[in-house]
Amino acid sequence: MNDKLMTLNLKIWRQKSAKHKGRMQDYKLSGVSPDMSFLEMVDLLNEQLVRQGDDPVAFDHDCREGICGMCSMMINGEAHGPSALTTTCQLHMRHFHDGDSIVIEPFRAKAFPVIKDLMVDRSAFDKVIQAGGFVSVNTGNPQDANNIPISKENADLAMDAAACIGCGACVASCPNASAMLFVSAKISQLALLPQGQVEAKARAESMVQKMDEVGFGNCSNHAECEASCPKGIDLSNIARMNREYFKAKFS
Amino acid sequence: MSTSSKLDSKIPEGPVQEKWDNARFKYKLVNPANRRKYTVIVVGTGLAGGAAAATLAELGYNVLSFCIQDSPRRAHSIAAQGGINAAKNYPNDGDSIYRLFYDTVKGGDFRAREANVYRLAQVSNNIIDQCVAQGVPFAREYGGYLDNRSFGGSQVSRTFYARGQTGQQLLLGAYSAMMRQVGKGKIKMFTRREMCELVLVNGKARGIVVRNLVNGELEKYSADAVVLASGGYGNVFFLSTNAMTSNCTAAWKAYKKGAFFGNPCYTQIHPTCIPVHGANQSKLTLMSESLRNDGRVWAPKAKGDKRPANEIPEEERDYYLERVYPSFGNLAPRDVSSRQAKFRVDEGRGVGATGFAVNLDFRDAIKRDGKNVIEEKYGNLFEMYERITGEDPYKVPMRIYPAVHYTMGGLWVDYNLQSTIEGLFVLGEANFSDHGANRLGASALMQGLADGYFIAPYTISNYLASTKLEKVDTENPAFKEALSATQKQTDKLLSIKGTRTVDQFHKALGHIMWEYVGMSRNEAGLKKAIKEIQQLRKEFWNDVNVPGDPNLVNTELEKANRVADFMELGELMARDALEREESCGGHFREEHQTDDNEAKRDDNKFCHVAAWEYTGDNKEPTRHVEELKFENVHLAQRSYK
Ligand SMILES: Cc1cc2nc3c(=O)[nH]c(=O)nc-3n(C[C@H](O)[C@H](O)[C@H](O)COP(=O)(O)OP(=O)(O)OC[C@H]3O[C@@H](n4cnc5c(N)ncnc54)[C@H](O)[C@@H]3O)c2cc1C
Ligand code: FES
Repeated sequence: MNDKLMTLNLKIWRQKSAKHKGRMQDYKLSGVSPDMSFLEMVDLLNEQLVRQGDDPVAFDHDCREGICGMCSMMINGEAHGPSALTTTCQLHMRHFHDGDSIVIEPFRAKAFPVIKDLMVDRSAFDKVIQAGGFVSVNTGNPQDANNIPISKENADLAMDAAACIGCGACVASCPNASAMLFVSAKISQLALLPQGQVEAKARAESMVQKMDEVGFGNCSNHAECEASCPKGIDLSNIARMNREYFKAKFS
Repeated sequence: MSTSSKLDSKIPEGPVQEKWDNARFKYKLVNPANRRKYTVIVVGTGLAGGAAAATLAELGYNVLSFCIQDSPRRAHSIAAQGGINAAKNYPNDGDSIYRLFYDTVKGGDFRAREANVYRLAQVSNNIIDQCVAQGVPFAREYGGYLDNRSFGGSQVSRTFYARGQTGQQLLLGAYSAMMRQVGKGKIKMFTRREMCELVLVNGKARGIVVRNLVNGELEKYSADAVVLASGGYGNVFFLSTNAMTSNCTAAWKAYKKGAFFGNPCYTQIHPTCIPVHGANQSKLTLMSESLRNDGRVWAPKAKGDKRPANEIPEEERDYYLERVYPSFGNLAPRDVSSRQAKFRVDEGRGVGATGFAVNLDFRDAIKRDGKNVIEEKYGNLFEMYERITGEDPYKVPMRIYPAVHYTMGGLWVDYNLQSTIEGLFVLGEANFSDHGANRLGASALMQGLADGYFIAPYTISNYLASTKLEKVDTENPAFKEALSATQKQTDKLLSIKGTRTVDQFHKALGHIMWEYVGMSRNEAGLKKAIKEIQQLRKEFWNDVNVPGDPNLVNTELEKANRVADFMELGELMARDALEREESCGGHFREEHQTDDNEAKRDDNKFCHVAAWEYTGDNKEPTRHVEELKFENVHLAQRSYK
């Protein structure tokens, strides 16, 4: 354990609401322990702001365990910061040094308008799922779960794709603000399972259409999405989605 | 003691195996063409609320669904790791509906209603079928069939799982079913909303008031029935494994409108969490219980031994779980293991910088099986531990300590999951129903989905079909009244402009709760807790500082509203713990233990549910009793020696 406390120079995006103009603001924060998580560091800043009667920095977070997909910060220009396969809430301050400058901004994309400070509106993702990210089965009495064996290989691949937490880092780090990795992960998960195959064509078509409609950009193979994904969602999902999409379009 | 006349559990007739069938046959049905005339509000989009909203909408009802997060997919259920139980008996190792029922009643230390638990075990199998049909990618064996594992010391392998992300996958299943109904217009989704008041008209639940967390507006919604699936209240302790926004407000406001609160003192403290590192810590992280299958728990024999763990020789280590429970050893149940860790720390034998931790050591397992085998089993957990603590558990023992994890208590509900307010149904962790005084691992996910997919849709239909519901809209004066109560609280909080932050108060409350209403409790401590909480509450309403604009995102205001309710609930928990003069499950009263420090139940006096009725601000609440009858599983003392 390292008990040496750090002092940091923070530059944080402040914006009162979608209607207000935003700007970067400087803060000097001392007393940061290397054992803190990145969000606990922001908590510390907020605690001080509140004590001074200032408005604390608004940011999204909930589970603080890297699974809910709520946290979403650009840290020194990288979605979720410098550590690979790590969400902002799981990033720890031991990866920074005394005296460091840290620039903190919201996830930026046309489809993700800022709500306040570092908080953005990602409801466009829900809209894409509404367009077909499901199996059309009602609650009731489906057949026994073991009636359809699924090869372990496909089950594992489906699970790899299903691990997406919907945080939007892929969109925020893509120069075109494309949502291809997110959308392809859902399409792949369902395409890999027999339960999802019945609707596979219609699903691919309508989800892709919705993705364009709500303002996400095109994919031009930068692969920044994969590099920034905290859950390691693989680019091969995009290839699989394209296959499903062309099957739908040309058959 | 006999059951209070205010509590009718509505347990159906017949042998326990036939009760649910009998009930379903007697339930009235709503004609498919008439369902579109009814609206149901569902607060919460976790497993319980998400499943209920989707299913009610599929049946044809109009559903208004609310959650605090920016998307229903982010409810706290997403964080569950281990798995979900069901009585499928795929491994052919002797499981059955009856055995799951039996284990749950016994595990709950005989403080749950048999009829509810049996039904839970019955529908457990449908849950797995339903989830697989939705495309939930459960773990499979090479033959392509579903894999099961044994969890939390269970003697059969009945736990289904999706890597370490079972809650996530189940929730995404329910979420996708919801999104399908949103697309069809049957569910209207309201995200970033927090319910602040329940609205009653002629004694029935007919609507809610919510705060729009983006623009601060207070909004009114009316309906024919209201469902609360708002989760547990573990965050009353400030530090817990719950998500940051998990709170008690929805349930608490319902309590203040007449819904009784059942067994508030029953809290589950999970033995294997990463210990607190410092005063700025915001939450605690659970390390899966499965680690105790191979890790050995120990503390140094000598008090205040500050040497690094690896420098403490074998003969100076106390493997206390193996010593005290030779037959269960490191796999002793959650409540028992947690208490034993606390005893060691209280004796001054805790480890780490703070002294509030014990060791969980894999040295012997690695020596026996090789690093590869351990890595295969627990690699992701070891990685998570290292990420948080900066230490490598392959080389030095993990440090663990118990943390608040789950609340068995919650709003009292009858067999139909209806509270003491007509038309108010409570599902999932928010109700008190199925786990008695202690919940078994992998049973919360099962209960949430059972309530949401398979139970509430029947019982709510029955309510709508058999109740005369006059037309009510948000112009009704009851809505105006509820709205102005909320407005008043907001104005008050913003006007105090005191010297302490909301978090300071929340931490102070958590400290009192952990100290006196935590892992072990006694009369003097509980009385002290009640006094201290009352004092803290006074200070809160005079000295809290809530800055910012109420008409914009204002997270301090959100937290202040939640903490205000936590303080009142904390006091009720202490009262409940004080009145329950026995030890059972997670509730350990120091005055009631056996000679070797085990929990001692008092079935003559306390084989009942305590359901608390609100009687007014600063007035003592009334304690009602629902007698519990054990006709199938016979009362017996739990023993793990
Ligand atoms: C770390 C961890 C691991 C766990 N692992 C397991 C496991 O392996 N197996 C198992 O069976 N159980 C596990 N549990 C327990 C289990 O996850 C929970 O008990 C269960 O998911 C609760 O589900 P729920 O639907 O009742 O509530 P939640 O999932 O807590 O959902 C609550 C919902 O209510 C909403 N809400 C709350 N208040 C309001 C309000 N005032 N207004 C509007 N909306 C509101 C929230 O936004 C949210 O949508 C675990 C718990 C934790 C903390
Ligand atoms: S807060 Fe949930 S993923 Fe970061």
